[in-house]
Amino acid sequence: MSEKVLMKGNEALAEAAIMAGCRHYFGYPITPQTEVAAYMAKRMPKIDGGVFLQAESEIAAINMVIGVAATGKRVMTSSSSPGISLKSEGISYLAGCDLPALIVNVQRGGPGLGGIQPSQSDYFQATRGGGHGDYHMIVLAPSSVSEMVKLTIHGFDLADKYRMTSMILADGTMGQMMEPVSFDDVKINSYDKSWALTGTKCERKPNIVNSLSLNSEQLEEQNFARFEKYRLIEETEAMYEEYRMDDAEYCVVAFGVAARVSQNAIDMAREKGIKVGMIRPITVWPFPKKVLNEAADKVKAFISVELNMGQMIEDIELATRCKKPVYLCNRVGGMIPSPEMIFEKISEITGGQN
Amino acid sequence: MVVYEKSKALTDAPLHYCPGCTHGIVHKLVAEVLEELGVRGRAIGVASVGCSVFTYNYFNCDMVQAAHGRAPAVATGLKRSDSNNIVFTYQGDGDLAAIGTAETVHSAARRENITVIFVNNAIYGMTGGQMAPTTLPGQVTQTSPYGRDVEKVGYPVKVCEMLSQVDGAYYLERVAVNNVKNIKKAKAAIKKAFQNQIDGKGFSLVEVLSTCPTNWGKTPEDALVWLEENMLPYYPLGVYKDADEKED
Repeated sequence: MSEKVLMKGNEALAEAAIMAGCRHYFGYPITPQTEVAAYMAKRMPKIDGGVFLQAESEIAAINMVIGVAATGKRVMTSSSSPGISLKSEGISYLAGCDLPALIVNVQRGGPGLGGIQPSQSDYFQATRGGGHGDYHMIVLAPSSVSEMVKLTIHGFDLADKYRMTSMILADGTMGQMMEPVSFDDVKINSYDKSWALTGTKCERKPNIVNSLSLNSEQLEEQNFARFEKYRLIEETEAMYEEYRMDDAEYCVVAFGVAARVSQNAIDMAREKGIKVGMIRPITVWPFPKKVLNEAADKVKAFISVELNMGQMIEDIELATRCKKPVYLCNRVGGMIPSPEMIFEKISEITGGQN
Repeated sequence: MVVYEKSKALTDAPLHYCPGCTHGIVHKLVAEVLEELGVRGRAIGVASVGCSVFTYNYFNCDMVQAAHGRAPAVATGLKRSDSNNIVFTYQGDGDLAAIGTAETVHSAARRENITVIFVNNAIYGMTGGQMAPTTLPGQVTQTSPYGRDVEKVGYPVKVCEMLSQVDGAYYLERVAVNNVKNIKKAKAAIKKAFQNQIDGKGFSLVEVLSTCPTNWGKTPEDALVWLEENMLPYYPLGVYKDADEKED
């Protein structure tokens, strides 16, 4: 077990990427994730084969990612909400080409230029793909600096394993907060890369990385095959954490910073005798549908705590088939709910002390 | 005795281009250069979006299809991944000089050691003949049906001239493929643009004035004449930058 260091989330994430064997970073400054680029600017040039480039735009950066990804090497970019919108075209192309890559979104208030304080308003964008066409990214939502590290490493592995994009859906709090974190040695799995562009050496047929298919039957088949892959991922890769759910009569559902604050609120409610617990999705795609559906048979209601106008609440309703009511407890625009606010909402819904 | 044969750097896929389209000539020149320089095995090409979108089927080397305008950024990734790769983009005027202007300028500014083949036929071919940034004043297209009115939509973009002001650009030459003499010069320029990359010298771009008989509404022969009479005066041929010849 290596020593613990006090690190900012953004920087810990960057270090984790390097530990996971990523040697290519392309980015652009945008608050609140610029520290990722700054950290990479310092670290990458000191590593054998390390490449750091500040691109002219988020659009250029995601296309540079496509270039490296096409050669079969680990590569990442990071941005925040408005920059992720710019990358949406590139993300669709990554999916259409079945290329592995890691994208980090340190979410801020929106829409438009919005604000620089934290939000979770890009949940739909992340979990529904973001760009045009039918596709998904594996979306991982850290709720601590330690998870900024763990999920980044896991994200790279999943991306290579399934030949698709992983997204770290962090919020500004995760990017900016400082917590003790340790970096254990990472076992980097190797996967088949025979499809990668490495030069034919005049010995093999050319490899082509492409998302265009004017033959509709072929394009449909590609989509069907991709979604068969997604179905397998939904069955095997969903991650979540339960908190005080054993005897829970009410279930809070929250990810990221919302989960951190909710934990305090749940403890407050438990002090008052309210039997509330939390299911925290760690992957928001694939969404932990099974555990939520099972919980719906036991609890009286769900409370979605989110920093948006109500996005994950729809996935909860879908997963639980609306068997029980699902309430929304939310702040937006950069505001973060306080434990008191969430506790009051829990009290209101549960009717106070049991 | 073989007098002439198709380059090994071209696949057997039949080209889809219109009769008289000069893409066929340019593809051949690029392929022959890759073979003659012995880099076909290291080459990775970036196909763009336009009539030439299918170059990923035509060049016999590893290929990637880029989004419209983004080829130089994808090329940047390919080259930075492994500098041993000989990376080239093949782009039309909309791809390179409209939507892709930022990627074009900045890959030059960054001194990316790549080779850019820029096919300029003053029109958007694939989508049926709309105005391009390089469409000439007065030229009739689907989106300039009364002729390009410079009062309303400004002047054509001169890419070589513009990029010559970018310090990171190493070699910029404008050529044409309207006659045999020019085709030979075009091949020499393309060869130099790839040799520069092999030598690690930096960003090399060859602008190739080309015809689009179908969307210009001309026969292939008349299109070649139109190029000579109208495009050459506006887009003079020649070397716009060559850092090999630095002034003392």
